[in-house]
Amino acid sequence: MASTRALRRPPAGLRARLRPYRVVLASRARSQRAYRTSFAMDLGGSGLIGLVELAEVWVLFSNVTVLGGMGFRQILLVFGMADLAFSMADLSFGHLDSLPDYLRAGTLDAFYLRPQPLLLQLITSDVSLRRLARAAVGGAALGIGLAVSGAPWGPRTAALLVIGVASGYATFAGLFVWAAGLQFFLLDGAEMTNAFVYGGRYAATQPAPVWSRPLKLVFGFFFPMAFTAYLPAVTMLGLPGSAWLPAWLGWCAPVAAVWSWAMGLLCWRWGVRHYQGGGG
Amino acid sequence: MSAIDQGPIIETDGLTREFRVRDGRRRRLLTAVDGLTVRVEPGAAVGYIGANGAGKSTTIKMLTGILVPTAGSVRTCGLRPVPDRRRLARQVGVVFGQRSQLWWDLPVRESFRILAAIHALTRAEEADRTAGLVEQLELGGFLSVPVRQLSLGQRMRAEVAAALLHSPRLVILDEPTIGLDVLSKQRLREFLISERRLHGTTLLLTTHDMGDVERLCDRILVIDHGRLAYDGDLQGLSRTVGAQRVLVVDLAAPAPDLTGLDGAVHLSSEAGGLRQRLAFDAEQTTALKVLAAVSAEAEVLDLAVEEPDIEDVVRRIYAETR
Repeated sequence: MASTRALRRPPAGLRARLRPYRVVLASRARSQRAYRTSFAMDLGGSGLIGLVELAEVWVLFSNVTVLGGMGFRQILLVFGMADLAFSMADLSFGHLDSLPDYLRAGTLDAFYLRPQPLLLQLITSDVSLRRLARAAVGGAALGIGLAVSGAPWGPRTAALLVIGVASGYATFAGLFVWAAGLQFFLLDGAEMTNAFVYGGRYAATQPAPVWSRPLKLVFGFFFPMAFTAYLPAVTMLGLPGSAWLPAWLGWCAPVAAVWSWAMGLLCWRWGVRHYQGGGG
Repeated sequence: MSAIDQGPIIETDGLTREFRVRDGRRRRLLTAVDGLTVRVEPGAAVGYIGANGAGKSTTIKMLTGILVPTAGSVRTCGLRPVPDRRRLARQVGVVFGQRSQLWWDLPVRESFRILAAIHALTRAEEADRTAGLVEQLELGGFLSVPVRQLSLGQRMRAEVAAALLHSPRLVILDEPTIGLDVLSKQRLREFLISERRLHGTTLLLTTHDMGDVERLCDRILVIDHGRLAYDGDLQGLSRTVGAQRVLVVDLAAPAPDLTGLDGAVHLSSEAGGLRQRLAFDAEQTTALKVLAAVSAEAEVLDLAVEEPDIEDVVRRIYAETR
């Protein structure tokens, strides 16, 4: 009886293999835009958060002129790079935060019953379009920062900009995966992982030399936040580096991205093994 | 056809799963599934029953590659569930009665469209299969309604359609009729029977509903504390535990206990004999014959037939095997 039906095989070709993810994402995007007023308010709210965070930096610098060797104009560049990279990562990876809900409700099992890799399914299970507003604030800050910070125009700056933002995006994305992997153990640990994900975002918008030594270790290297914006900006502006964080490290932003993903995938693998009970 | 199409659709050998659980301060080892050895041929319809916590869900999770066994081996559709999970997903459909696999904020139609893309159905296959399921499960009235607005009966039918969209060879249903009204249950059962007849689909279902087992299953596995307590057909199960139905009659006037009726045993009387409960074996006689016998003795105002309680059946099986 079973032989009357053909066995289902995976589709051939990259385009066909990507189609499941594309269809889910398109559907999520459509449903978020379905209610115009609500979507506009979401966008507005998200943009407002970005502006408030920018205002916070501005307030700080109306009291001090220089912090960690940078003035407000230079910090604008750091803030812009970090916030643009983080908002884009949040847009495409931020919903990994909802893993604890899936775990508690048992709905993660539905993902196991579909013929795609688990992590890839979860990443492409949603997209938070409202983060576009915040990315726009970051992008605007970055544009203004580039114009007023005294960064020299030329291919070197362009290269650092591209490397910095792309690596920053990847570093933050890896951080979301990292946090998600740990959720398998923590269950109610979203508070704990939020501390390093959102704390990391906040740290990334600051000049690293103001940090204490332990903070430098934590957000300079272990969660490599200094590499997402501050270090590329230092290199770009030709500023002298500081202890532990020399100026040439700005070129090493991709290494931080690789580290973040390596740790992220390691924690994910470890978490999934724990969930399935196949041993640590 | 390849070899994996020929052999048993489920084959476990000494399948075991342990969990470490916290018991107050100490940790102890809980054996959820204990040396389960089962072989299910393609096309079978198997009822997998047991008390809550007997190990049913753990077994299903190991069959589908969600959980890694602690010991023993398992093959589903000829594949190893954990390493071959993605290939297996193309051949298995699972319905969890309590947990939705649909997108709660999307219309039913949209959920089907996404699942068709996930399972890489061609446009023709998708249109064909969706139309068939919509007709058989009577989904037409609420295809454009978001899942969160569906009644339980509507949602379950949509869930079943979603799990069967890719025409799986094996369909696993975990409490598919829980909470459904009689009509919805009946519709769902009829659909599963016809799906099995038409496509040779293998069914494995866990249930607390004896009606599901009686109408759908030709083989029953009872699991107790992770061990197989019974493996056989329904008649055998009834013989083993004497699963009887109960006829409840309300009489026009108080009557003495209706003992000595042919084929029925008096269980109890209430209100001085106004309501009496009579047990009978559905294999030996029918509710109508028992009713006729009662009518000869007293005037019957109202009646109800109680199905044997699966919990009761399981309890008796447990008592026998210990």
